Amino acid sequence: MMAPIIDMKGVTKNFGGFRALDGIDLQVAEGEIVVVVGPSGSGKSTLIRCINQLEEHGGGTIEVDGHAVRKGANLTAIRAEVGMVFQSFNLFPHLSVLRNVALAPVRVRGLSWHEADARARKLLVRVGLEDQIEKYPAQLSGGQQQRVGIARALAMEPKVLLFDEPTSALDPEMVGEVLDVMQQLAKTGVTMIVVTHEMGFARKVANRVVFMDAGRIVEQGPPQTLFDAPRDPRLRSFLNAILSH
Amino acid sequence: MSFFDAFLNWSVFVQTLPLLISGLTITIGLGLCAIVLGLIGGMLLALLRLYGPSPLRKIAIAYIDIFRAIPLLVLLVVVYYALPFAGLRFTPFTSATLALSLVSAAYSAEIFRAGIEGVPKGQFEAARALGLNAFRRMSDVILPQAIKLVIPPITSNSINVLKDTALASVVAMPDLLKQATQAQALAANPTPLISAALIYIVLLLPLVRLVGVFERRLAARGK
Ligand SMILES: Nc1ncnc2c1ncn2[C@@H]1O[C@H](COP(=O)(O)OP(=O)(O)OP(=O)(O)O)[C@@H](O)[C@H]1O
Ligand SMILES: [Mg+2]
Repeated sequence: MMAPIIDMKGVTKNFGGFRALDGIDLQVAEGEIVVVVGPSGSGKSTLIRCINQLEEHGGGTIEVDGHAVRKGANLTAIRAEVGMVFQSFNLFPHLSVLRNVALAPVRVRGLSWHEADARARKLLVRVGLEDQIEKYPAQLSGGQQQRVGIARALAMEPKVLLFDEPTSALDPEMVGEVLDVMQQLAKTGVTMIVVTHEMGFARKVANRVVFMDAGRIVEQGPPQTLFDAPRDPRLRSFLNAILSH
Repeated sequence: MSFFDAFLNWSVFVQTLPLLISGLTITIGLGLCAIVLGLIGGMLLALLRLYGPSPLRKIAIAYIDIFRAIPLLVLLVVVYYALPFAGLRFTPFTSATLALSLVSAAYSAEIFRAGIEGVPKGQFEAARALGLNAFRRMSDVILPQAIKLVIPPITSNSINVLKDTALASVVAMPDLLKQATQAQALAANPTPLISAALIYIVLLLPLVRLVGVFERRLAARGK
């Protein structure tokens, strides 16, 4: 097997006295789509935020594409290869949609504005927003904003994309348009780690589902196995709770 | 002597107007210098206070506290009358600019800090996640948003600086107030003082209004 693009070994993270991650071992192969599920507070966000060091981990090691991720490492270089899509979009409100997407390629990759704008246009067409290019984030619907968020992450041509509940802040009628874009994306061969409660998406798109509870990975496997033949009682009760509402 | 002859004497007004105008240019010049230097210093202090290495951060905090505690008039007198004993001799204009901008920088620093802290956490995270370096995160993402937030309080602070320029008359600075008191002595009539008061009001009233407009605009956007 090729070296994993993400390699977490024994990763721990404390918030004060509270242990949010309790020995995480996770290897993700290039091109793999991993969906992370688990109850609220189980550490899903913390896990993916450690990968790009929005949270600093305590113990253990994290490698992205062979580069150690830790305080003092060249984090900007690592982050350039790891895109992130946020639950609350976090678009830059003072920049147009086009500039939201073009900014990082210029500032981090050294593209000219001309090149970056062209790249941004292409991506915005791809996420179905060719008519919104000159608008500002506040003028867009939630679903549109999140698609800009995805285009912004893609513009860096990252090796890995992290999604933290990308559809949880959306009105139900807009969830589909964002999931569609993500499903298209999954076919392009980019590595994705997706925290989501959208079990339909997980079933269709994931190569592997990881179930977390209390800061640990409790069970993982292909979606069919995990959803249809759960072994751990915590996973069973989690699935029951999700399916019953 | 009638009220008008005493307080609003036209011929005295016309005679002393050139003096008042020369004072006004100095007041405005001094005010602008102090405001600009105060803003630059304030921004540097705010960034040091928030992100500087620990010793510099402590120095920034100490500076900000001390210069907000010291009365401006006292500082002005110290700079102009006491520093010469230490071999530091400044012109009235330099002394006044120095004192005003040292204090204004301390107040501006706190305003900028509040502005930067008022930018949502998600903006910092998105900027970091994209791989932007610390300078670009500030210049392209955080400061443009923070500056919008601080326009009303910074304008307020600038009004205070402009008003406080009048204190410079105690270090023999020929500013508007000083010229007006001199003109009053020459003409043996208070009209120049009244004129100066009116000029201050005409100069500052639009700015005071502007703060209100900015504040309403910001509040409307926040909704
Ligand atoms: N900055 C923080 N300070 C203190 N505690 C935190 C912080 N961030 C997260 N936690 C705690 O760590 C635990 C894991 O949080 P995390 O956000 O990773 O959970 P999650 O699985 O993403 O939950 P959710 O589904 O609600 O988003 C929670 O108990 C949370 O309260
Ligand atoms: Mg979360």
